[in-house]
Amino acid sequence: MTDTVDKAQAASVPPEQIKAIPVRHYGRWVAGAVVVALVALIGVAFSNAKINYSIIPDYVFDSGIVNGAWTTLYISVLAMVLGVVLGIVLAVMRLSSNPVTSTVSWFYIWFFRGTPVLVQLLLWYNISLVFPILNLGFYKNEMTQVMTPVLTALLGLGLNEAAYMSEIVRAGIQSVDEGQTEASHALGMTQGQTLRRVILPQAMRVIVPPTGNEFINMLKTSSLAYAVQLPELIKKATDISSTSLAVVEMYFVACIWYLLLTTVFSIVQYYVERRYARGTTRNLPATPLQKIRTNLTKMNMLSLSSWRR
Amino acid sequence: MNAMVKAEGVHKSFGPAHILKGIDLEVSPREVFCLIGPSGSGKSTFLRCINHLEKINAGRLYVDGTLVGYRQSGDKLYELKEREVAAQRRGIGMVFQRFNLFPHMTALENVMEAPVQVKRESKAVARERAQRLLDRVGLGDKTGHYPSQLSGGQQQRVAIARALAMEPKLMLFDEPTSALDPELVGEVLDVMRDLAQDGMTMIVVTHEMGFAREVGDSLVFMDDGVVVESGHPREVLTNPQHERTKSFLSKVL
Repeated sequence: MTDTVDKAQAASVPPEQIKAIPVRHYGRWVAGAVVVALVALIGVAFSNAKINYSIIPDYVFDSGIVNGAWTTLYISVLAMVLGVVLGIVLAVMRLSSNPVTSTVSWFYIWFFRGTPVLVQLLLWYNISLVFPILNLGFYKNEMTQVMTPVLTALLGLGLNEAAYMSEIVRAGIQSVDEGQTEASHALGMTQGQTLRRVILPQAMRVIVPPTGNEFINMLKTSSLAYAVQLPELIKKATDISSTSLAVVEMYFVACIWYLLLTTVFSIVQYYVERRYARGTTRNLPATPLQKIRTNLTKMNMLSLSSWRR
Repeated sequence: MNAMVKAEGVHKSFGPAHILKGIDLEVSPREVFCLIGPSGSGKSTFLRCINHLEKINAGRLYVDGTLVGYRQSGDKLYELKEREVAAQRRGIGMVFQRFNLFPHMTALENVMEAPVQVKRESKAVARERAQRLLDRVGLGDKTGHYPSQLSGGQQQRVAIARALAMEPKLMLFDEPTSALDPELVGEVLDVMRDLAQDGMTMIVVTHEMGFAREVGDSLVFMDDGVVVESGHPREVLTNPQHERTKSFLSKVL
């Protein structure tokens, strides 16, 4: 009894804080200096290069470039949508117990992951060699008429993406604990309900980050559609450079747009990931906006309190 | 009276591993039926066969007079379609050792899910019942919490409420307190005791001998895929007849 009383008394007296001399990290200073020197060196080299930087701002909002950026954006979005939808189908096929569907899915992934996208794009571009005439019964036309650059790029990029997406979706589905399926079945839910209501929402947490990565990759991979005459950013930059004779400068302009697009989608991805983190962390981290808001109110309170004094 | 669960010579193998080697037993309505035995004795597997999470290889298993997982026509057995199996499971609630709550849904949403999706109940009706069930298991103030924000004992009580939301005629408990801290076991057993007093038919795989003795109406000791001994819990636990039962009980009591 007396022991516990002593402890209680001891707790009311704050313990002496440790005051020690912190460890010096000399290595960090050296490494920092080396990195700064290297960055400066590269900066100086680029600024002395035979590149006419002053004309870059003139072309950032050039109508051709803006059109190209818009084409890059929409072809990437459409190809990604095609890739995600077909990817989910392929993943479910791959995991199905039907040997025919799972083998077909395996073969699809093997082929489309194993050959270069550029070749796939060129194959769609020349598909009229295989099917000279498209005949859907209600619609008949020359294949060369049907395969516009947009459709060629969409098929080439989307079907390739589906192979990657299916592996991402499959990993996501398989990451969900088997107990979830059992609990869902035990409640009388069917396989479809289980997949839709229980498995996929949890798989999303695993699926979203690499999908964001895939999309950012897609924005840049779509530049290969230049080879099939799609008027996207790189094609437009090349076209302009042939008249303005500023080749590297035009590619820099394109890079500004690529960086802009990828930055915007990185932010979107952050919020989507946050949405699917529900239930996995006890407290969701504050969004940057929320952080700014709380900091602002704190500052307001401080300034107000000092003001009143 | 018709048996709620009736097993006749039930066998189950996983590949070469013969888990259940001919189980015969009957569970009456309103009975609390406890299954005990060492791990690997097949008690959990048997429980999972009752709602067809596992397919049996031989024998017959009936719940409320209906064959589980199959339809008999003459002397031929037909496997039930997925939808029909799901329909059979609606009347059987199951509680798992590791809770298996849906982590992306709140406690309330967990309890509402099956009535809304399976029974096509309106959300308002399902929500009202879910609230009532969570009140009943003592978690009326935790409806908005996600499973990760609840203790193990609270999660298991939500899981019981979730199973009860389908208004089952039979409840299966698969070692419901084995994954819990000793301090939290009591709150889950209290809920189960309350359920037993209400007349729910329950099959409980457990290591809680105190619960079996106090609440159980009958008890079966299983070992190596067979029923070794059965009877009233107090008799089996205090005066085991079989050597194997004696040695098991001497280790766990």
